[in-house]
Amino acid sequence: MGMKELLQVQNLKKTFKISAKQQKIQRTKERTKVAVNNLSFTAYEGEVFGLLGSNGAGKTTTLRMLAALITPDQGDVLVDGTSVVKHPAEVRGKIGFLTSELKLEEFFTPNYLFDFFADLHGVEKETARRRKQELFGKFGISEFAEVKVANLSTGMKQKVSLVISIVHNPDIIIFDEPTNGLDVLTAKVVTDFLLELKEQGKTIVVSTHIFSLIEKICDRVGIIIDGSMTVCDSLEHLTEEKSLEEKFFDIYAERAGESYEK
Amino acid sequence: MKNNMITVMKKEFTRFFTDRRMVLTTLLMPGIMIYLMYSLMGEGFKLGEEDGQTQIYVEELPDSIRTLAEETDMLDLSFLELEGKQEREEALEALADGEEEYHLVAVFPENFDALVAEYSNGTKEPAPGVELYYNSSNTESQAAYQIMTGLLDSYESALANKFDINAGDKEYDLASEEDLAAQIFSMMVPMLLITFLFSGCMAVAPESIAGEKERGTIATLLVTPLKRSHLALGKIISLSAISILCALSSFLGTMLSLPKLMGGSENINASVYTVKEYGLLLLVILSTVLVIVTIISIVSAFAKNVKEATGWITPIMIISVLLGVTSMVESLCKTEPFWFLIPLYNSVQCMTGIFSLEMNLVNIIVTVVSNVCYAGIGAFVLTKMFDSEKIMFAK
Repeated sequence: MGMKELLQVQNLKKTFKISAKQQKIQRTKERTKVAVNNLSFTAYEGEVFGLLGSNGAGKTTTLRMLAALITPDQGDVLVDGTSVVKHPAEVRGKIGFLTSELKLEEFFTPNYLFDFFADLHGVEKETARRRKQELFGKFGISEFAEVKVANLSTGMKQKVSLVISIVHNPDIIIFDEPTNGLDVLTAKVVTDFLLELKEQGKTIVVSTHIFSLIEKICDRVGIIIDGSMTVCDSLEHLTEEKSLEEKFFDIYAERAGESYEK
Repeated sequence: MKNNMITVMKKEFTRFFTDRRMVLTTLLMPGIMIYLMYSLMGEGFKLGEEDGQTQIYVEELPDSIRTLAEETDMLDLSFLELEGKQEREEALEALADGEEEYHLVAVFPENFDALVAEYSNGTKEPAPGVELYYNSSNTESQAAYQIMTGLLDSYESALANKFDINAGDKEYDLASEEDLAAQIFSMMVPMLLITFLFSGCMAVAPESIAGEKERGTIATLLVTPLKRSHLALGKIISLSAISILCALSSFLGTMLSLPKLMGGSENINASVYTVKEYGLLLLVILSTVLVIVTIISIVSAFAKNVKEATGWITPIMIISVLLGVTSMVESLCKTEPFWFLIPLYNSVQCMTGIFSLEMNLVNIIVTVVSNVCYAGIGAFVLTKMFDSEKIMFAK
């Protein structure tokens, strides 16, 4: 491809202990579960890489390791050359991470939260002010910038979360299910913004199970089944003969050997 | 990166001080409530003393007892004569019914003074009897009974006056006003203070750590370059400062209302202490709050939510109150420095020493240094906990 490898994921493995309670719920005697198994992929500078998989496939665990939120049992991730295992704090400063699990303190206003996170990321005051003006204007947050998060709708909250995750203007952005639970209008705003970031040359890793989102924004796609990277190819190549949805279910049936309803 | 601790502290202060409800319920209300409660209790005691003219219905009241009652300045007795058996029966019925004006019915034998004068200890004849009817379920009646028995005891002692105790005008109680105030403060305030400090910390720390964990907002902080140690220290320092303000509110309420609680005694006030005592007390309080906030923060970080954290912290609070009680039990007040390595116990004992004006500087230094060390170890543990995915993302 000839482009810079901005994100190198190398043989990631993550195992979780299963509590006695979870063993009962899942009707298993296994004490551990391999959530991610020898997973590798590379995201190049300026591309959008999509992670596709069913619930529990290991997408979120992978992204959490990429964001240095949890440590891999094995393997490493190099974010613009910096190791997640060795320098997690540095990596956190280089990326923007958005997931529905990360919440905003409801007592504060978007205005306060933007300044607070800009401060944590070490963004200079004037730069932060200009960026806030730009992002708040783009997402229409200025109208409710002084309203407490507790009083905002889900869509408004997601817009604020999105803006705050990129307060420091990172080159690598990791989004976990960015349009999950959003109404169609807000989902469109988010999708359009992802395209805009792509145009700006940002490297984006996005996990989703929404095929249309992948088809709309991704350059390359990785399909994760049971914690392993089953297929990693360009969207163009994957959808040569069939739609992405059909291709995914073919691969899923072949790999997982499970029946499913189309 | 260095400023991040300050950033976390600023956020915690903003969260607290811009929340009017929180400021009112955790900062202003405790002090005001304690002040009002203790003042009203003190007023209640005073009213009981002032209003309480004791009504005694009496049959055949001897002159000797009437004179003795009149000579005793402190007694405010009102004797109401009963005429005949019917009036006595009516008075006894009213007393049994707990009617307000009926505190005691006293029945003396006819010619009581003469009978007493004639009676000799050596004879087998029964001594002249006085019947005192009272209602123990009525506080005023119970008090009237005690006053009357006291009066009769005095009369009996006066009949065989062989010696007097402290009959002169000299000052027999050699305790100074300062000693009296110091004794009362040293017995009561350390326990109250440790309870207030713990309550102050309880009001803010679980919400700030377990609450953030429960709501998922702490994870939002953990994905930033913020160092875990900065997060831990920022939380501990800011929560300690807020907790001290909360405790200060309760402390002021107590100190200002304590004289009122003690019946309006002007001698019992905190002016017996100098800047030195207040300075040392502040040091002990600061180090104690650091320890308490650290303990609560660690427990809160382990807990999945505020409810669970509060459940775990409650037994620790009970232990701290029990340690506070040691200030009232002399045998539990140790003076050897190694005892002052025990967290919370050391704080209570130091406070007792300061309030009783018998402080030991070495023990105070041991307390402050050991408390700061414990807080440091706690901050390290908290940092490790913030770094632990098992603890921070446990479901």
